[in-house]
Amino acid sequence: MHELSIALSMIEQIEQETAKRGGKVEAVYVRVGVLSGVDTQALRFAYDLACEGSGLAGSRLEIEDIPLLVYCPQCSSTHEPRPQNIACPRCITPEQEILHGRELEVRAFEIVQ
Amino acid sequence: MSSQPRIIEVRARVLKENDFLARALRDRFQQAGVTAISFVSSPGAGKTTFLEKLMSMMSAQHRIAALVGDLATENDAMRLSRSCSQVRQITTGTVCHLDAKMIAGALEGWNLDNLDFLFIENVGNLVCPSSYDLGEQMRFVLLSCTEGEDKPLKYPTIFNTADAALITKMDLAAAAEFDLPAARRNIQSVRPGMRVLEVSSKTGMGMGDVTKLIEASAPSHAGKI
Repeated sequence: MHELSIALSMIEQIEQETAKRGGKVEAVYVRVGVLSGVDTQALRFAYDLACEGSGLAGSRLEIEDIPLLVYCPQCSSTHEPRPQNIACPRCITPEQEILHGRELEVRAFEIVQ
Repeated sequence: MSSQPRIIEVRARVLKENDFLARALRDRFQQAGVTAISFVSSPGAGKTTFLEKLMSMMSAQHRIAALVGDLATENDAMRLSRSCSQVRQITTGTVCHLDAKMIAGALEGWNLDNLDFLFIENVGNLVCPSSYDLGEQMRFVLLSCTEGEDKPLKYPTIFNTADAALITKMDLAAAAEFDLPAARRNIQSVRPGMRVLEVSSKTGMGMGDVTKLIEASAPSHAGKI
């Protein structure tokens, strides 16, 4: 359950941003990859808890799930595997480059002045 | 007076502060010629016993220090201090993983120039440590054969962040009816091409290969002693 630490880091980042601008945060948009190590349900739960007493209390958390996108250099093609089986479905070559799926980022936030 | 909501783009990694600290640690290790290696596994996979054995084998040729993460006790550091002179416990309290800040804090007062290797034993947990870069050069994930062959499929993320896998407690493989080919297959399916070594800390089986792999990851260690 490190999602609480993750939520606190997110809130800290947004608070740094809003300190410059002012305004009330209505929503926070995050991107969470399937291989980021973060459980989105736990993150939602932790977010509401972590927001209490902060300037983000009552804000919405909008999560964009990022699936895996893997590049196979052998076939020069990409595929979208499950994390349980990321080898190239065509040539089974081991050298796969993960292009997407590890993201854990704050994309944007929404404020009203 | 209220106005229309405005979207402010941020596009920043949530753990950018940790990543920044981890990068600084990595630079520090490199400058000091220290190879930092971390070990992750579920609780009870045999990390501490493995490290005791590894350090007792390596300490004659190399200068080694260890950091050990645990929620509450200092038992692991006490055990490791028998085979290594520089050991520090990081007691995380309720936090289920180590992060770069804890590593930096625990290193205070140590002269890294006097070290060849730094071993970092993470908190026993196959989920949370996967998100945190510790500045290590290499990450081992341990899977004991008493845990079952399908652990990699249940925790693909941690296997995917590791550089090599160790299958531990091989002396118990037969008693546990451990299906080694299936375990290897599962590791390869979540992390194709990952190096997998089989070890027994009790009998010493495979430990020489781990030592060689670790030594090979540290081109700078030669001639430091």
